[in-house]
Amino acid sequence: MKVLLSGNEAIARGAYEAGVKVATAYPGTPSTEILENVINYKGIYAEWSPNEKVALEVGIGAAIAGRRALVAMKHVGVNVAADPLFTASYTGVRGGLVIVTADDPEMHSSQNEQDNRNYAKFAKIPMLEPSDSQEAKDFVKLAFEISERFDTPVMLRTTTRISHSKSIVEQSEPQRQSVEGKLEKQPEKFVMLPQNARIRHPIVEERVGRLAAFAENFEKNEIEMQDTSFGVIASGACYQYAKESFPEQSFLKLGMVYPLPIEMIRKFASQVTKLYVFEELDPFFEEQIKSFGIEVTGKDIFPLCGEFNPSIAEEGIRRSSRKEGKKPLITSLPPRPPNMCPGCPHRGVFYTLKKHKVFVTGDIGCYTLGALSPLNAMDTCICMGAGIGHAMGIDKALWPEGLGKVVAVIGDSTFLHSGITGILDITYNRGTCTVIILDNRTTAMTGRQEHPGTGYTIRGEETKSVDISTLCSALGVDHVKKVNPYDLEQLDSVLKEEIHRPEASVIIAEAPCVLQRRDKKPLGKPLMVDESKCSGCKTCLQIGCPAIEWRKGENKKGKSFINQVLCVGCDMCAQICKEDAITKENGHNG
Amino acid sequence: MDKVTNILMVGVGGQGVILASEIVAEVMMRAGFDVKKNEVHGMAQRGGSVNSHVRFGSKVYSPVIKKGEVDILLSFEQLETMRYLDFLKEDSIILVNNQKIVPPSVTFGTDEYPVNIPELLAERYPKFVLVDALNAAREAGSIKVVNIAFIGFLSRYFDIDVGIWQNTISSMLPPKIVELNLRVFAIGREKNYSLLASP
Repeated sequence: MKVLLSGNEAIARGAYEAGVKVATAYPGTPSTEILENVINYKGIYAEWSPNEKVALEVGIGAAIAGRRALVAMKHVGVNVAADPLFTASYTGVRGGLVIVTADDPEMHSSQNEQDNRNYAKFAKIPMLEPSDSQEAKDFVKLAFEISERFDTPVMLRTTTRISHSKSIVEQSEPQRQSVEGKLEKQPEKFVMLPQNARIRHPIVEERVGRLAAFAENFEKNEIEMQDTSFGVIASGACYQYAKESFPEQSFLKLGMVYPLPIEMIRKFASQVTKLYVFEELDPFFEEQIKSFGIEVTGKDIFPLCGEFNPSIAEEGIRRSSRKEGKKPLITSLPPRPPNMCPGCPHRGVFYTLKKHKVFVTGDIGCYTLGALSPLNAMDTCICMGAGIGHAMGIDKALWPEGLGKVVAVIGDSTFLHSGITGILDITYNRGTCTVIILDNRTTAMTGRQEHPGTGYTIRGEETKSVDISTLCSALGVDHVKKVNPYDLEQLDSVLKEEIHRPEASVIIAEAPCVLQRRDKKPLGKPLMVDESKCSGCKTCLQIGCPAIEWRKGENKKGKSFINQVLCVGCDMCAQICKEDAITKENGHNG
Repeated sequence: MDKVTNILMVGVGGQGVILASEIVAEVMMRAGFDVKKNEVHGMAQRGGSVNSHVRFGSKVYSPVIKKGEVDILLSFEQLETMRYLDFLKEDSIILVNNQKIVPPSVTFGTDEYPVNIPELLAERYPKFVLVDALNAAREAGSIKVVNIAFIGFLSRYFDIDVGIWQNTISSMLPPKIVELNLRVFAIGREKNYSLLASP
């Protein structure tokens, strides 16, 4: 049956057709929908793991037990999972093990645009890269076959444009998996003591050689000979872009991006007058191809940074730039950036942090939007969990003058992902930091996934939920306080008390995400502005709520208005209004 | 090789742009075309700028449309139209929903919402139409179905059996809202809701 699937939906389907038994992931754009779709299929155990390292370790366990396992994460997630990844390369597998890395060229929703093809070479494991949804599904199955045949984890790399593009897929029925599940002790293979690892390393090197030979005849490395005036080597979305611009030219399309089929490339190079490599981000193919003495043009004419598109292929190869369009109809357009939702419980915390003029160390989540104007209340964002360590470093570097000047913020899902050890460092090494855990009971940024604190599994079954307050106490924090983030006065007084205390403290700002599917209760009725009281002081605009609109008056000062469709009645603006002009009734509709 | 048709759909998060593009892509597949559809999602996109590319033909390679090659621009919001003029060509069909959603910098009083957008577009592009999809949706009984009213309007531009559109809508939406959506689709497709068109 033919269906229209996104790359991520197709990967989930591929897992089902390949007989996967265990599928794990931590949510991360653009990979999240893989596991969200895996749960549509019976017979697959699926979980949101606390982080990518655990996800991979669970996958490796399933593979050791002889079953097929699929582990999915975004590109930076592989950094978290890198430790088990590199040694799983040494041990190899029993059941197939496929790790999906979803890269994000252009950083549509990421903090960097690292090129994870490098991981395949670094960890010495094969990597496949599909160029549409049909291939995404088919390559999952091929990846499992390669994994079991060559006794290796296999990486499947997508990019945002593959994960989130829909194209037509021919579905088929599940195949029987080739390896049956069983437990068998084999310490020389799975216990990487130095004496065993020294035996495994040459096996890994020899495996790379065998995989390179396999790549020469791999059915998904395809030469398409047409016009030979120039040829293009490309993979994934880049293949589609170049093919769009030059459908008549010759192509070498690489389905396996590591190891490379170097004889195939040499043959292709000899058949075309000029050879281009069209690859996003790093010169990964280009450097390897050049190291074999083959002449090729790549990063001399194509950018190193950002996402490609068909125009970049055309402009690079034709050495031309697109003719200037007509002059814009309007020169400067007001931007429309993502924003915290009306009623978001994070808003009041950032408003309060700004008021206290503290340096805020943060990390990844919806709350990173606290860095944007008008809140401007986040000062660092490097990776998941990082803000806690940064606060500790600043605390120690500036001690004792720094007391009361730095606060770490972290979300609940992020705290459970990689914030716990940071707190442990503060208590163990006698830091005096204040950490605010923004507990909105979900993994909000990626679309509200469950986590170990929500009480539900990925399939919506009830389960244990960790008590963050008790956990922090157990980690040695003597001052753990819960606050209602909608109560600005309480936030203010608790923050004042905790930041100046020369001891570690944790403030848990507890309120569910306003988009939370479960327990969705209205916060209140939409508020209104009493026009007779509004002095036009703009204080309410400082919380950056999309529901509050400033309108210039005719020949007089402007006033605030509240959009009755957007406002959810969280009351924060009413709390900061100096004139008591924001009310539940008698106001003026916006 | 037949020419690929490029539809760019743009708007603001929450307007139903993505669902509309899902329906159009599915219709084209059912009509026998090769189809690719792409959009970027992930960051908290509520209220953010949204765009979705739908391409169909006998064989489609790139999931994204090249600049200057849009055949039809379906814009759900006036200001959003203006961000994608680079993608247009002289004879692109430009269908703009007559709705304004104020972005944050305007809300906070630092920018102003541009005026005369429809007039500027009508003057430059010969195939511009301003559509009152909101009113079409209101006539069907719910302002939440503006997106379906708008694709009803879009459907006039293709020689595709109306039954395919109807069946696709019926199979992609929850049963209890199918009737309403079919009604609004028919209104969008048949009634005249154009407010302004190129001279």
